[in-house]
Amino acid sequence: MDYIDIFISILGSTIRLSIPLIFTALAGLFSERSGVFDIGLEGKMLSSAFAAACVAYITGNAWLGLLAGIAISVALSLVHGFASITNRGNQIVSGVAINFVAAGLTIVLGQAWFGQGGRTPQLTASGRFGEIKFPYAAELRDSGYLGKFYADVISGHNILTYMAFAAVPISWWILYRTRFGLRLRAVGENPGAVDTAGISVTWLRYRAVICAGILCGFSGTYLAIAQSAAFIKDMSAGKGYIALAALIFAKWKPVPVMFACLLFGFLDAFANFMQGKSVPGIGEVPVQIFQALPYVLTCILLAGFIGVAHPPKAGGVPYTKER
Amino acid sequence: MKKTLLSLLAMAAMSATALAADIKPALVYGTGGKFDKSFNEAAFNGAEKFKTETGIEFRDFEPTGDTQGEQAIRNFASKGYNPVVAVSFAWTSAIEKVAAEFPDTKFVLVDSVVDKPNVRSVVYNEHEGSYLVGVLAGMASKTGKVGFIGGMDIPLIRKFECGYEQGARAANPKIEVFQNMTGTTGAAWNDPVRGGELTKNQIDQGADVVYAAAGATGLGVLQTAADNGKLSIGVDSNQNYLHPGSVLTSMVKRVDLAVYNAFSDAKNDKFTAGVQALGVKEDGVGWALDDNNKSLITPEMQAAVDKAKADIIAGTVKVHDYMSDNSCPK
Repeated sequence: MDYIDIFISILGSTIRLSIPLIFTALAGLFSERSGVFDIGLEGKMLSSAFAAACVAYITGNAWLGLLAGIAISVALSLVHGFASITNRGNQIVSGVAINFVAAGLTIVLGQAWFGQGGRTPQLTASGRFGEIKFPYAAELRDSGYLGKFYADVISGHNILTYMAFAAVPISWWILYRTRFGLRLRAVGENPGAVDTAGISVTWLRYRAVICAGILCGFSGTYLAIAQSAAFIKDMSAGKGYIALAALIFAKWKPVPVMFACLLFGFLDAFANFMQGKSVPGIGEVPVQIFQALPYVLTCILLAGFIGVAHPPKAGGVPYTKER
Repeated sequence: MKKTLLSLLAMAAMSATALAADIKPALVYGTGGKFDKSFNEAAFNGAEKFKTETGIEFRDFEPTGDTQGEQAIRNFASKGYNPVVAVSFAWTSAIEKVAAEFPDTKFVLVDSVVDKPNVRSVVYNEHEGSYLVGVLAGMASKTGKVGFIGGMDIPLIRKFECGYEQGARAANPKIEVFQNMTGTTGAAWNDPVRGGELTKNQIDQGADVVYAAAGATGLGVLQTAADNGKLSIGVDSNQNYLHPGSVLTSMVKRVDLAVYNAFSDAKNDKFTAGVQALGVKEDGVGWALDDNNKSLITPEMQAAVDKAKADIIAGTVKVHDYMSDNSCPK
């Protein structure tokens, strides 16, 4: 196996590992650009993974699983919205509460319904999103590196993977080319001005967190019934936080968000590959170095070494109408 | 009135003696979760077997973090549970402390050794069992490359890997063995997504048999191998049924036996402290053959693994134990 083969294999792995990050970071993008900080991404992802796995198991249909994942994630988003938009509560506290509720409730319900220690039963093929093989992928695999790249990196993923990459330009278009997007960004920078123009800040922010809920639903579903074949307790394993880091790293912009997620996914894939292999001249590199890199890079960015990250100005501040 | 009081007292006394004759066993699992279809589930099955045979209830606890084990063990001991069985090396220091505090309680520790007069330590010769499945893997591999996915990176798991590697090499001297560990914390036992990704990685490098010694993480390994049409090897419990036709075999570690024996020895007043090492010879470890993997095991493989087993029992094959010197012969 030569270096290019290895590289292609790592790229394939990168894509699989980046997808939940891309969905989740885009979810955070919608929410935060409207001025609602969302620490609860992790919890929403976890609950939607659980709901998707349960419904996919019971109905044997992956698409119904996806719908259930989205529904539960949107419901949690509305709870977050109710606490932090309508009642002007602290957005961080509300988000953390969602994370705790999700972490606990998924295990308790899973144990009560299936009796497998919070795990849902293993899904059959029809309950999962299977791999999509592009035409001629198998034939082209052996015809040089480009064919292999086509077969292993571009082809051979499940439908949600392609949806994630489609979600990036769609999010960009919504945020930068529609009236809704313009208002959404404005409400995150200066809600007072939006209010003066006669537009409801509350309703706009609600719509933003619903968008976030839908995208989080996709990421949780991907984890449970596309990448794996069951829900396992705590399966989101901090991906919601990495996605937040990616969002900050990408300075709250959709296309950079995708690249940041791909970078973090690549670091993860590279860490998996490098494990136990020694680098000439250095020896074996601890994989924790690569696993810590996303956080380290984000810290360096926040410290102002790679440009400056400006969060939305009204982020985290509940809007109070003047009276 | 006096009579009823007296009879009540008599009844109370009787029930007290009945309680004293019975035991109150308790079981503390490792952090992978009770139903990991692997290590902890084996322990649970042993306890369940005891319960169905004797009708004696047991209490169990699933610690979710490394700090909860000691609390649980102390809690059971202080409430009068006896014996208290803790499965997982992670509770070594916990047992050491709590066993000193409750000298009259009997403790059983699985997978690690604590030298106390009231502690029985049960360890397994996993390297021998892994050697056997390694032989099968080496013979089943068409590419000459096999993989190993460990859970947490600890000497115990390296011991599995080392035995497996030796077995695979005995079957095919030119074999290449890839190995990956899932992580360095307790979470590594419960991360099937990473397990699956590591497996895909090894498959991309050419491995066509992957052995998972990783608790619930192994479920992801087995799933990915099945998705990609490759073979996998389960661990601790018999996992052949999870993906019939894709799971080559399972390295069975009879944790259920350790738990069952601990409970019944305590009941029959035959409890002994000290170290019990269970290997191939004692049927403490072995490989699983059932209807689900019958078609995968050829007569030659069967013959080779039976010979390897006989050789280990006879002592003509010595499988190197990684934990004896923290290294694996290449």
